[in-house]
Amino acid sequence: MGQFGIGQGVVREEDPRLLRGRGIYAGDVSLPRQTYAIMVRSPHAHAEMRAIDTEAAKSIPGVLAVYTGEDVAADNLGVPGMPVKWTRPDGAPMAYRPQPPLALGRVRYVGDPVALVVAETLDAARDAAEALTVDYEPLPSVTDTARTVEADAPVIWDDAPDNISALYQAGDPAATEAAFAKAAHVVKRRFVISRVFAQYMEARSAVGEYDEREDRFTLYADVQYPHRVRQLLAEKIFQVPEQSVRVVARDVGGGFGTKGWQYPEHRLTLWASRKLGRPVKWTCERTEAVQADEHGRDNVTEAELAFDENGKVLGLRVRTLANIGAYLSAIRNLLAAYTNVGTLVGVYDIPAAHAEVRTVHSNTNPTAPYRGAGRPEATYVIERMFDAAARELGIDRTELRARNFIPPEKMPIKTPLGLCYDCGEFAANQQEALKIADYAGFEARREEALTRGKLRGIGTANPIERSASPSPDFAEIRFTTDGTATILMGTKSQGQGHETVYKQIVGERLGLDSERMRVIDGDTDRVAFGIGTMGSRSTVIGGSALYRAADKIIERAKPIAAHMLEASVEDMEFERGVFAVAGTDRTVTLTEVAKASFLPARLPPGSEPGLFESATFAPEDDTYPNGSHVCEVEIDPETGETDIVGYWVVDDVGVVVNPTIVKGQIHGGVAQGVGQVLMEQVAYDPDSGQLLSASFMDYCMPRADDFSDIAIVSNPVPTARNPLGVKGAGEAGTVGALPATMNALLDALAPVGVDDLPMPATPHAIWQAIQKAKSAKN
Amino acid sequence: MSEITVTINGETVTQNVEPRLSLADFIRDHRRLTGTHLGCEHGVCGACTVLMNGEPVRSCITFAVVADGAEITTIEGFDEDEPMTQLRKAFHENHALQCGYCTPGMLVAARDIVTRLPDADEARVRLELAGNLCRCTGYVGIVNAVLQVLEERRV
Repeated sequence: MGQFGIGQGVVREEDPRLLRGRGIYAGDVSLPRQTYAIMVRSPHAHAEMRAIDTEAAKSIPGVLAVYTGEDVAADNLGVPGMPVKWTRPDGAPMAYRPQPPLALGRVRYVGDPVALVVAETLDAARDAAEALTVDYEPLPSVTDTARTVEADAPVIWDDAPDNISALYQAGDPAATEAAFAKAAHVVKRRFVISRVFAQYMEARSAVGEYDEREDRFTLYADVQYPHRVRQLLAEKIFQVPEQSVRVVARDVGGGFGTKGWQYPEHRLTLWASRKLGRPVKWTCERTEAVQADEHGRDNVTEAELAFDENGKVLGLRVRTLANIGAYLSAIRNLLAAYTNVGTLVGVYDIPAAHAEVRTVHSNTNPTAPYRGAGRPEATYVIERMFDAAARELGIDRTELRARNFIPPEKMPIKTPLGLCYDCGEFAANQQEALKIADYAGFEARREEALTRGKLRGIGTANPIERSASPSPDFAEIRFTTDGTATILMGTKSQGQGHETVYKQIVGERLGLDSERMRVIDGDTDRVAFGIGTMGSRSTVIGGSALYRAADKIIERAKPIAAHMLEASVEDMEFERGVFAVAGTDRTVTLTEVAKASFLPARLPPGSEPGLFESATFAPEDDTYPNGSHVCEVEIDPETGETDIVGYWVVDDVGVVVNPTIVKGQIHGGVAQGVGQVLMEQVAYDPDSGQLLSASFMDYCMPRADDFSDIAIVSNPVPTARNPLGVKGAGEAGTVGALPATMNALLDALAPVGVDDLPMPATPHAIWQAIQKAKSAKN
Repeated sequence: MSEITVTINGETVTQNVEPRLSLADFIRDHRRLTGTHLGCEHGVCGACTVLMNGEPVRSCITFAVVADGAEITTIEGFDEDEPMTQLRKAFHENHALQCGYCTPGMLVAARDIVTRLPDADEARVRLELAGNLCRCTGYVGIVNAVLQVLEERRV
């Protein structure tokens, strides 16, 4: 192992600049002659626009333009397109309903963009936005997911009176039916998984510049997928060659899956820049962010789990209504609804399963991936079901799970919902988690808490998630004439510490010190290709591509080294940055070889000068990070307040490149999962469809005093599906935290007769549940 | 427009500003000190925290005109400051930042804790930090970093 290799918890390369306020976030970008844009958004959940009066807005000094949907439509910008052809329950094709960059005729949620104002100053743009008047005729609206499919629910799209966009199915309905027919016991539950928002600390920005001399667009924005944004803008929206668009993302202040590739502001700032001949800068504020951005989760699920007389699961049946919001602009809006349905069976050996997902429209923001993107939802369902079943069957929760784990020797295993798990030690994970959490000693802690008037509970969950799905990514290593290396990556860090991790991978393979490497990402002009960072894929796929590029560097450098050492290529050995002639003390470093590679006189005859290699990697199948979470809570029954008194995680993210960074990912992921269960919610008024939680005052998130420490132990089982053996770590914490936390709350409240809680389980909701259970008892 | 004179990180500047201009926008857009970050624009996330005459303030809800005659220190102005140097080292060692967006405000708040409350324990540190939101770390590294600096300063 090198000084800076794989497996070491080295401190991050990114920190020094960020600790001194020297990051460059999208909102920090300012260009000469730039103008300022404000988006005018619908204040109604659902309305017909009868007229837009732009005159007063245009008359404000400094205003350069006021654009409406008709102005954009006149320029025939394209739409993102929809690659999947699903059908509705009645067999009719799913309708593609892209959001216009500025609404035409009807607005369908609070925040639907209506007009774009561009001015010399931000103040002038704000004043003009206020002066703009729209004559709205409000329509009835529906925001609640279950309500969308009721017979008298308001209709979002006239051609889909049932509000259903499509039906997605997985598994075998007949086999599942047969399994339920022979069951000794069937457990049924209904779960409502709330709508939340990523709430990255940096709200989005976009600076669009059209350069007439080069006939070229440049977008500076905080995106997770620079190359996909470029492809979309070039191929679909502006219909120009991809080289005519450059996308630059520098430091990104959090993304969590939600800083997507199809936001209207990207195309609008570029389009307006082309019209005005000046750069256009849009910076979102917090209240606007909750209206403008994609939301996450939001589904209603009915689940049934069939058991035999020994507590062995025979079958699983799941029916979900997934709220995709007002529009279906891109496949992003379907990802969370279906891509992780496969993990509904969890880490359990379930012979038969069938899942149906109905995607529904509502008068809400479009939904899209948010940390987990369907993974937390799936794990939530199966892990809640195991707790419910254990209570009904009178078997300890962890024992019931243990009876149903997929054993390591049964893998690889094709699950009944179509995925192929390759490896993992599920029983060992749970055993270790129960040990570090002192599960055996819990009842004594519960009794002690009771003497203080507190209800104490413990909850467990054994998450598994489908990560790093088979799509390619790119890495390039370029040496310069002084022997230092530039590493160019197609993934895009949003705070995960990619610079550090990638340097560790190259450090391990090529033996270079950190100071001799520089990592570049987030610029489509500098990096040849990329897909981006989502789905816990960067180290798995980008890292593997980088590992391969490093291998190519060694192969390319070897003949040069042999020539320098006057030895044959076959006799060359390479270790920790040094080439050696086997069995001798004759060596030359990779750095020396890299320097020599630019000097034709020092090269073997006929070889090409320079040392540059690139590689791509696309895995053949997904990886499956997994683990076991234990959460312990104390509830004050007088106030309904919850204290998280302990949180333990055993994780298997495969080979750990940097344990410190992996722990950080899990800490943050757990906090977001616990946040969703206890306090976070995008709330709408059910009657008016008004957004009620569009500020940090109304959208409650975990703060430092809401938490205790989070203890993490690793149980890495390397996967063979990539050369590094890594499985992905970005989402693991959140996936386990949703069910573990809710299970802990329900365990605490079981003695007082509470068997379900809404999400979020706020103090008020918990207090109400306790009162309801009390009056039911009396 | 109102004329204000403000000393930022030791440099005194006089400038005409709109009465509605926030101190945060003055710092970022007029002085080009982009280390001060805006997270919520209404004083509840702490990302924009700076020192005004030595006290932490939320620059997003402080008008620039209020800072007339004041001395402001932003994250760019602490390079010679001992507690900040200790905190930066501790944040680095304890993985107390990921995306780095909340970090400047978090550091200014943490500096206030370690200088004002030398005897603070973990519960007090968590309470004091609760005015600053972080969406990445779950606060584990941040709390450990602040506790480490408190310990160092006690020795």
